[in-house]
Amino acid sequence: MERQTGEVLLEAKNVSLAFGGVKALSDVSFDIREGEVRAIIGPNGAGKSSMLNVINGVYHPQEGTITYRGVARRRMRPHEAASQGIARTFQNIALFKGMSVLDNILTGRNLMMRASVFEQMFYAGRGRREEIEHRVKAEEIIDFLQIQHVRKTPVGRLPYGLQKRVELARALAAQPRLLLLDEPMAGMSVEEKQDMCRFVLDVNDEFGTTIALIEHDMSVVMDISDRVMVLDYGRKIADGSPDEVRGNQTVIDAYLGVRH
Amino acid sequence: MSTGVPDTFAKLLLRNARERGARPAMREKDLGIWQTWTWAGAAAEVEALANGLAALGFHRGRALAIVGDNRPRLYWAMTAAQALGGFPVPLYQDCVAQEMIHVLADAEVEFAIVEDQEQVDKLLEILPQCPKLKHIVYDDPRGLRHYARPELVSYGALIERGRAFARSNPEHYRESIAAGDAADLAVMLYTSGTTGMPKGVAHTHAALIHTASVLRDFDGLTEADNIVSYLPMAWVGDFLYSYSQSLVCGLTLNCPESPETAMTDLREIGPTFCFGPPRVYEGILTQVMIRVEDAAWIKRRLFHAFMGIARRIGPRMLDGRPVGLLDRLLYGLGDLLVYGPLKNVLGLTRLNAAYTGGEAIGPDLFEFYRSLRVNLKQLYGMTETCVTVCMHPSGNVRPDTVGPPMPGVDVRIAESGEILVRSPGIMRGYHKNPGATAEAIDGEGYFHTGDAGYFDTDGQLKVIDRARDVGKLADGTLFAPRYIENKLKFFPHVKEAVAFGADKDRVTAFINIDLASVGNWAEKRNLPYTGYTDLASRAEVYGLVGECVAKVNRDLAADPRLANAQIHRFLILHKELDADDGELTRTRKVRRAFIADKYGVLVDALYAGALHCPVETQVRFEDGRTGIIRADLRIVEAEMAAPARVERAA
Repeated sequence: MERQTGEVLLEAKNVSLAFGGVKALSDVSFDIREGEVRAIIGPNGAGKSSMLNVINGVYHPQEGTITYRGVARRRMRPHEAASQGIARTFQNIALFKGMSVLDNILTGRNLMMRASVFEQMFYAGRGRREEIEHRVKAEEIIDFLQIQHVRKTPVGRLPYGLQKRVELARALAAQPRLLLLDEPMAGMSVEEKQDMCRFVLDVNDEFGTTIALIEHDMSVVMDISDRVMVLDYGRKIADGSPDEVRGNQTVIDAYLGVRH
Repeated sequence: MSTGVPDTFAKLLLRNARERGARPAMREKDLGIWQTWTWAGAAAEVEALANGLAALGFHRGRALAIVGDNRPRLYWAMTAAQALGGFPVPLYQDCVAQEMIHVLADAEVEFAIVEDQEQVDKLLEILPQCPKLKHIVYDDPRGLRHYARPELVSYGALIERGRAFARSNPEHYRESIAAGDAADLAVMLYTSGTTGMPKGVAHTHAALIHTASVLRDFDGLTEADNIVSYLPMAWVGDFLYSYSQSLVCGLTLNCPESPETAMTDLREIGPTFCFGPPRVYEGILTQVMIRVEDAAWIKRRLFHAFMGIARRIGPRMLDGRPVGLLDRLLYGLGDLLVYGPLKNVLGLTRLNAAYTGGEAIGPDLFEFYRSLRVNLKQLYGMTETCVTVCMHPSGNVRPDTVGPPMPGVDVRIAESGEILVRSPGIMRGYHKNPGATAEAIDGEGYFHTGDAGYFDTDGQLKVIDRARDVGKLADGTLFAPRYIENKLKFFPHVKEAVAFGADKDRVTAFINIDLASVGNWAEKRNLPYTGYTDLASRAEVYGLVGECVAKVNRDLAADPRLANAQIHRFLILHKELDADDGELTRTRKVRRAFIADKYGVLVDALYAGALHCPVETQVRFEDGRTGIIRADLRIVEAEMAAPARVERAA
């Protein structure tokens, strides 16, 4: 199935990032187009998470620029990224363990709440309208990701695979334009992975959300991505369609090692 | 249109819309909120849907396949098909695609209405093998946007086409209903197929409506009753107790949000009538026990103390037998502290009658509910008889019988011990299979159930086993495998059991542990495990199961007829028996012959006296892919009991 992808949504140009003497990214350039599923893959320590953190403003690259929706910038803070429509999930789940699934998802809508503390406290006027509106949105996402049965369950009591799904739900609650997924299938069973693939594709399809994801599992990536960028030791070694990347000798060497 | 008593389901719908138009007919939880449709609203939905189907070309005598979870729209599709003179063919929603081919071909299905993408994918996969299937209507459009297939129609588009159709044919719907006859086919239900291919059981409106009316009078059901429909729509139990009852009695059907939320939804609705196989009641009890064990010390003590009292007094109170004042007070206190809150949490507070059937139920399990004064009763029947052969009347309930014959049902025990049934609820026949029909229904109109049983002294029926499964050991001892398996399964740690022994000198068994229950047990003992296969191979678990087997043996030893049928050796299987692998039927009955064949190596090892046996099994995952599980199974000797002395007093 060929998906239509549009204009460039985000472009990274000659990005380099170093922590002291360690070069996490060197001179990486790539783009993410509107509506596509874009994968970043690579062996351990290749700089995948660093790249994601650069996009969403956690790290600030020493060199290079990020252009998002036509605006170039050097330093953007995570909450600015969030208000610009970038949401993400984390490699090691970052949910509020003691709060219910529903409440966790509602935190994803925090930036969209306009009512004052008092309006919210007394469930009056705008507070009431907003509450209903946000709850409807959260329930739609719960329905979409099929987590109705754990709606009221504290997140800490859920199995790992479900927690991952809740994290995706919270990211979706922000109605992002660009969704960053950091190893969404890590540590999952085969069936959980397939469910997650389905959900990622459905999000892309139903909401038109652009998705950039990092993943270890090659087969997963090849199945669901439109374009794949491969990093190795902080450098881009390949970029293209899954088929092009799969046949690329440099990539095979990076993954399987080279005989010396 | 004919006046008088409505004799088809579509006419019943019109009556309900007329007489109780503002009362709730259907509820479904959507986006976390219960949505309600009145009878008038439901009738309008059915009319629109029927017109849509008519626009696609659906007409009298046609089959409409229905695949999905219990959704209002799928229930309405049943009535819509019936309104047009056709009939629904509900399929099990967890069927793999290949299993659907036979049913779709056998019923000559041209139209299907399904819940979502998952089911659409399955039907599209088998479309080449089912050339007759022309139209697939789907309810949930998610993920289907890019499917450019001429067969696919969305529910919304169908309703639109129906509106256009109604404009040019405004009388078609009413005329079709008026043309409906009680002798028309109302539904085709496929038997689970413990042996061979599933057979289509054809039921008429007359048989179903008659049976549902008998049931209504038996338990005094009214339009104020509530049922939660959570069982597969393809099962006769759901068709009769949910669908038929709702139309006949005008009561409210409640559809859960998703299969996983059924328990929560049950609590929110608080049904007044409930029907389910034993495993449903077992599941609830297991959850209760796990939560009690995790509760604080004082709560645990309170629970166990009061449950002891309940077990002594509850069933007597429920049966209306005399109970002393002190006991009444004690029970009242228990009600306040334990029973009331517990029933409330489980959603059983408003239950007037709960039925279990399809399988034998463990006496402990049965007593648990009855001691809480939940009116749990047993019934006996099968797809071919519209269930409803025998049922416990309130006030005369015993765990080891299934009750006396229902009003209007004629039950006879053949000389071979087989149970024969004659009633207005007997099927019209197996679809396109006169041979099988003639075999099942004899010249006098008796349906041969294939079950062996006998009447107790007080006229209640006792069912032992499938007649053809009842065999003999080499020494002539009666061997009723299901009887033994059920005894094993009554232990919460045992999920499934398969007994072997026909024509052999001894009885042996395969056992499946219950992962939730044994897993919890292992956790409490700090016993680490990685999954089912690992846990099942643990020596500690073998010890645990060995105790269960020993208890069953003691039970068997007490009956002189069965003392020699004690279990000599057993093993715990390395994988859970699964319907996807063909080991269970879709209604979760073990297919003994299939299992004996598939695991022939293991059966041989059981009889050869081996202490372990390596095995390699192919398993099918939910997505249809296959994998291999390897294990080296341990085989152990069971503890045997000395047979009871034969009493000569009688």
